[in-house]
Order: sequence, then C-alpha cells, then structure tokens
Amino acid sequence: MAVQVLIPTPLQKFTNDEASVSLEAASVDALIDALDGRYPGLKGRLCDEAGKLRRFLNVYVNSEDIRFLDNQATALSDGDEVSIVPAVAGG
Amino acid sequence: MTATLSRSTAGPTFTGLRCKECGQPYEAGARHVCEDVCFGPLEVVYDYEAIKGRVSRATIEAGPASIWRYREFLPIAGDPIDVGTGFTPLLKADNLAKRLGLKSLYIKNDGVNMPTLSFKDRVVSVALTRARELGFKTVSCASTGNLANSTAAIAAHAGLECCVFIPSDLELGKVLGTLIYNPTLMAVKGNYDQVNRLCSEVANTYGWGFVNINLRPYYSEGSKTLGYEVIEQLGWELPDHIVAPLASGSLFTKIRKGFDEFIKCGLVDEKAVRFSGAQAEGCSPIAQAFAEGRDFITPVKPNTIAKSIAIGNPADGPYAIDIANRTGGTIAAVNDTEIVEGIKLLAETEGVFTETAGGTTIAVLKKLVEQGRINPEERTVAYITGNGLKTTEAVVDAIGQPYTIEAQLDSFNAAWQRAQASV
Repeated sequence: MAVQVLIPTPLQKFTNDEASVSLEAASVDALIDALDGRYPGLKGRLCDEAGKLRRFLNVYVNSEDIRFLDNQATALSDGDEVSIVPAVAGG
Repeated sequence: MTATLSRSTAGPTFTGLRCKECGQPYEAGARHVCEDVCFGPLEVVYDYEAIKGRVSRATIEAGPASIWRYREFLPIAGDPIDVGTGFTPLLKADNLAKRLGLKSLYIKNDGVNMPTLSFKDRVVSVALTRARELGFKTVSCASTGNLANSTAAIAAHAGLECCVFIPSDLELGKVLGTLIYNPTLMAVKGNYDQVNRLCSEVANTYGWGFVNINLRPYYSEGSKTLGYEVIEQLGWELPDHIVAPLASGSLFTKIRKGFDEFIKCGLVDEKAVRFSGAQAEGCSPIAQAFAEGRDFITPVKPNTIAKSIAIGNPADGPYAIDIANRTGGTIAAVNDTEIVEGIKLLAETEGVFTETAGGTTIAVLKKLVEQGRINPEERTVAYITGNGLKTTEAVVDAIGQPYTIEAQLDSFNAAWQRAQASV
C-alpha cells in the first residue's frame, strides 16, 4: 500500500530536502501519522492541536481535494499520489 | 517636483511581513505563507507613525492621478511602475438608484482602469514594482483572465519576461487581451483552482515572481487603493454601505483595510460602514458558508458564466465572512440569468458596460435592496471591477439586434416604425 507524497518546499527541511516521499498508509489520517513517525514534528506543522489539518493547507489525492472526498478519513490505495499545497489567492 | 523628490527619498514605510493568523514575523522577501508555523497568509507590516508624519489630505491631493498618490500606504521601496493605474471615476448613479429605490448610489468604475480595464491593474502595478525590487526577471500568475491581461501588459511596459497561466475555457476577449502583449501563455485544461495548484508547484521550482503566489502580500495591498479613492472622491468621507464581488475574498478585505488605514492616520472621520459581498450561484462557496453560519469554506467546483470570479477554493473567504458579519453586511449569490440582467441594467441606466463580475454585483445590489438589506437612505457604493467588452459572449444572446436597412429614406422610415412599435 505504498503512496507517494509531494512535500511543499517549506516542509522539505523535515524530509532532508526530499520533495517526494513514499510511505505505507491506508488513509490520509494514517498518512499524517506515518509522516510524523518518519519525520518527527511534521504532524504539528500540518495539523492543529486537535489533529485537524490547518485550514490554510490543501491536501489532494490524485489531484482531487480531500474536501470533495472524505477529508482526513479519505482512503488511500497502492500507487496513489498525495500533494500538500498551501492555499493561494488571486483571480 | 520637490514634493515628489522628498517622497521618493524618504524611504519605505513598510518594515517586513507578518502572519495574519499567528503573528510570526518574516523579512520582506518573496514569500506568502507562514512557513515556520501555521501556513496562514502573510501580510505587510507598516510603520503607521511614519506614514502619519508624511501624509495629509493636501499631500495626497498634490500627487499623481493614479494609485501612486497613496504610495506611502503601498509596499514599495523605490520608484513605482506608473502606467496610470487607478483614480478611476466614482459615478453618482442617480438613474440606477431611482430604478432600485435608493437615494444615494455610486458606481466605482474600474472597468475603465488603466492599462487593461480591470481592478487587477492596481494589484499588478504594485506586485511588479516589488518584483523588480526583489530582482525577478520573469513574472507570472494564475489567472481567470483579467489578471493575465494586466500582468502581461504591465510586464511588457516594465521590460520583464512574462509567462502566465489561465484555464483553457476562458472567453476569447480575455485570451486575446493577454496574447497581444506577447507573453508565453499556458492554457491549462482545468479550472482556476487546478491552474493555481499547478502554479504553486511551478513557483517552487522555477524561481519566478508569481504575482498572486510568492508576491501575494505586496500584490493584494494594491486593492486598498479602491478604499482610499472612494473616501477621497466622496469628499473625504466614508460611505455607509459597500457592495463588491467576491472571488478569493481578497479585494473585499483590502477595501476594508484601506478604510481602516485612513481612519487610523486621521485622514477621514471614523464611521460604521457595512460590507456586502456578491457571488455567482454557480460558484458561491463564501455565500454558502455565510448563509449556513460557518466560518470555514467548503470548496466547490465552479459552473457559472462569471468566470472572472469563479474561484472554488477562496483563500480569503473566512476573512470576508468575518467582515460581513462584523459590519452588519451580508453575502448573497445570484444566478447566471440575473447576472446578465445586472449587466444590462447597469448599461441601460448608467452607460457603464461591465463584465460578468459587475453584473453579479449589480444583481446582488438589486436583490439586497428588494430584501430590505440595504436602507434606501444609506450612501451606497457598488464596486465594478471589470469591462464588458472582454466578455461579450455572456450577453450576445440577451441584447437587441440592429435594423439592417437600405441607404434610402423609405427603408429607414419603415424600420423606424417597426422600432417604435417594439418599444
């Protein structure tokens, strides 16, 4: 159940400058915990004290915003690509 | 000349950046999110005491007829790129007011802004001035159309390389209005939110200045001038109520910031101003959240003719909701038919041809009056942010046809009778 995670630049200092990492996880929540297991402290950057993803972060599974899926309970399958992207504005 | 010289040599009035959420400070570089703590948006920090010491109504009135008359309130260090942006007309809209049942209505018409006929020229003038100061050679943006026009045009004037990204289904006028300046144009198969996401990844790897991404703290400040100008054009007074379109929500929050800064610096007397926002039903995540009493946004997938405001995941949405709630305003949405009717109503009553975002604003204005949410006695300003000639597709099937006649008086007489009969 390996998934590929794209790490945004500001968080690459946690991942030894790796822009993409491969992890085993069955859901987005499990993925966050797995990331924190490998890179201690990362969960505290992604989530608030209640474990909820910070509101200015967007997480996509295979280019779909997880808010259109099951949010942090969204299931992951082998080969999925997960991107973490800070929100931007414009028009 | 002396005044201009002393202003430009007095040094910048901003001191750095700060996270709007958690307050974490950052240097004034090309960055837009709170990378060290919470990923909240960064905003510019000013030395308001220094600004107060330098500006007065008189110094502003003596400045150029552009946004740069307010340069002390804008985050640039040196000379601006001045393409005549800003100081657009504030039109007293008596015909439209009468039609709607209002007593004091004004239209702030950025459909005639320079150089590309939308409010985006304000934000891009600031962003590219700052991009040049930060040493960027190539500038870029993710755009629903107007921003692409503006970035390409002002980059051409400033001699900067330009590569811009748009959704591939934009109106022809907006595509042409970018290509004419000869940038590299990427038409992305996807909606604006997908374009924006791609650009976030490009910004991370190519080292370009993206006006709405890594230059966003500077860029967004340009919208404050829409607040300053209305105050000055109302004879240094605040209005009672404003209605503005909501896309990302940034414009709305910056008009408010502009009002607050002029109060803070003693340029206008404090007064409560109600803020109401307009969205298209086919992309109304902020209006939906407001109606449901939420303070967070659930993103949507846009499906509306109002493409210039079709942002399904609006970053400043929570701030826009907060402002509407705190000021006693509201946020409402109208459907595509009402938007077209709004465009026609403004054109027929005031001679102003706006694009779909403006149609949305006028249609929401009408709806709020009908619902009793705007008091007829309130001095109300509606912000028109773009020009109708860019989105003719939106109205082509909803307007009249010409009478095609022979070059003979008989032919004209017959056609004139038909025209009179159809009124």
